[in-house]
Amino acid sequence: MPGPAGRVTIIGMPEAASLPVDDPRPPRKLYRSSDGRWLGGVARGLAGHLGLPVIWVRLAFVGLFMAHGFGALLYAAFWFFVPLGIGGVGEQKQSLVGTETAPDGRRRLVARRPDKGQLVALLLMVIVSMVFVSSVNLGGAAKVYLVPAVLVAAGVALVWRQADNARRARWVEVGRRRRTLTLLRAAGGVLLVTAGVSAIFVLQGSAAHLGAVLQAALAVLVGITLLAGPYLVRMTQDLSEERLMRIRAQERAEVAAHVHDSVLHTLTLIQRNADNANEVRRLARAQERDLRTWLYKPEGTGKDEADEPDTVAEAVRRNAAEVEDKHGVPIEVVIVGDCPLDERTRAQMQAGREAMVNAAKYGGEGGAVQVYAEVEGRTVFVSVRDRGPGFDLDSIPADRMGVRESIIGRMERNGGTARLRAVPGGGTEVELEMERAEKTS
Amino acid sequence: MSDATEANGPAGAGAGGRHVRVVLVDDHRMFRTGVQAEIGQTATTGVEVVGEAADVDQAVTVITATRPEVVLLDVHLPGGGGVEVLRRCAALMADAEQPVRFLALSVSDAAEDVIGVIRGGARGYVTKTITGTDLVDSIFRVQEGDAVFSPRLAGFVLDAFASTDAPPVDEDLDRLTQREREVLRLIARGYAYKEIAKQLFISVKTVESHVSAVLRKLQLSNRHELTRWATARRLV
Repeated sequence: MPGPAGRVTIIGMPEAASLPVDDPRPPRKLYRSSDGRWLGGVARGLAGHLGLPVIWVRLAFVGLFMAHGFGALLYAAFWFFVPLGIGGVGEQKQSLVGTETAPDGRRRLVARRPDKGQLVALLLMVIVSMVFVSSVNLGGAAKVYLVPAVLVAAGVALVWRQADNARRARWVEVGRRRRTLTLLRAAGGVLLVTAGVSAIFVLQGSAAHLGAVLQAALAVLVGITLLAGPYLVRMTQDLSEERLMRIRAQERAEVAAHVHDSVLHTLTLIQRNADNANEVRRLARAQERDLRTWLYKPEGTGKDEADEPDTVAEAVRRNAAEVEDKHGVPIEVVIVGDCPLDERTRAQMQAGREAMVNAAKYGGEGGAVQVYAEVEGRTVFVSVRDRGPGFDLDSIPADRMGVRESIIGRMERNGGTARLRAVPGGGTEVELEMERAEKTS
Repeated sequence: MSDATEANGPAGAGAGGRHVRVVLVDDHRMFRTGVQAEIGQTATTGVEVVGEAADVDQAVTVITATRPEVVLLDVHLPGGGGVEVLRRCAALMADAEQPVRFLALSVSDAAEDVIGVIRGGARGYVTKTITGTDLVDSIFRVQEGDAVFSPRLAGFVLDAFASTDAPPVDEDLDRLTQREREVLRLIARGYAYKEIAKQLFISVKTVESHVSAVLRKLQLSNRHELTRWATARRLV
């Protein structure tokens, strides 16, 4: 029986980019590739779209570049208009440590190497640029503008690349440590553009007016910022909020689908095991728990099944669920307060689990086992109570160390206390009390 | 849920001269039929189901027309939920002659639902997995004006009244006494009233009055932790 669905990693890709593999006829759409790209990912994207090796596309661009810089224009146009996606050629994940299928068919880890094609293309690009610049047959007057123009282009490219990264960060976790790099890049781009524009002014012989022009430009910029700023800020806020809501809704829908699926599954199993009352009860309980977890879970606690619990409440719930499933005895859990686990409370959780197992095994026929956990100040208290026949600690043979060792011993070794007692109304109750470890922070 | 409170009273005893008129409010017909079959044998249980309703408007109409002693009220109802029914029956609840009392019944485990209906005026809360015998028991308890707390509700209440740094607005209403806290803890641990009485060396009546006092505080306190109840985990 699967547990509550783990966190669904939402990959905020455009619909078409996240096509399922078994989709019969995916609409072919052109995207720029964000993996293994070097500049704008145009070549990779195109290559993926056309089914050609990347290096061909890159060479084609370089070739076109010779034609009076037409390649550069084309590239820029593609960059500007084609949305960034994930894909293109070689859709393997290009993380720092990727997997590679070895010739013998086994996947092995390889460290990511820079793409050879990229390097070749880069070198070629530089060489061609040199040739181009020296061979360009422009009027002497126009020629001097070339360097500033290239500067401006480089600056624009830098900033655009940055914008791409910002978009990419939506679906690829780009760590915060790269924040400085981002700023540096943007600043570099702006600087290059400014330098280029200024150089054009200087070359035009209006160096004298440069100061005045810059001042005027600055004033205009400030004016625009003042006018459009609030609007832009509000728009970005709205956008990001909307995006968050969409991701949330999508996540919920995914989980809902999973839950419905497992409900159907359980109902099928119940029909098949209709004559096995215990199994039916167990299945129904497990499914009910899943459903409750999904329905009444506070937002944002989508924890994976595989994750270790890290608070008392989580640990108690997890243990109760597992014991319930294993022994087929319903366990009611009530928890008041919560706190992070430390080594002492972890031991207490272990002891508590042991107590639940005992209660389910020996006191299960008396009805549900009641588990109560409370965190108050520095004290964590857990009680496990069954309504079974009860048992006497002294009558347990010495070789049966279960209770004595795993419950009492464990608690005492960690500086807590354990009490076992018969309850006036029948049944047994185990009380575990533990002081939380002193804060080390 | 095996509610602690139901273990009180003679389990499976006949009507024993007791009689109570009940209205069932639940939007699931199947559930109403099940409850009717389980507790509706007036001869054995003493419970007489005098009306049923499937949504808020119907419920208000039926309750006003039949004036039952106890209403079994589902928390989730079309038309505004159980809370809306409570709001519109406030006058009937406050009636000095013969007050209509409500027992909330739900499959929900959400704290705000549970606390919501209690603050709305319900005298107790049990989950739908409760056994027939226990349910009959709870109904009579509510009829007598007592409160019915399931272990889970007790846990929620303890959480809601947890000691905070915020100074209480009203000392009498915003704090639980040590004794009340002890009683709630034992309820949360699955103890029946009788067992609690034995454990604390007090009478069952005293236990009941403690629980009723807690219920009153829960309904009247203006503390914002209660009014703006959230399921946010209270990390200590």
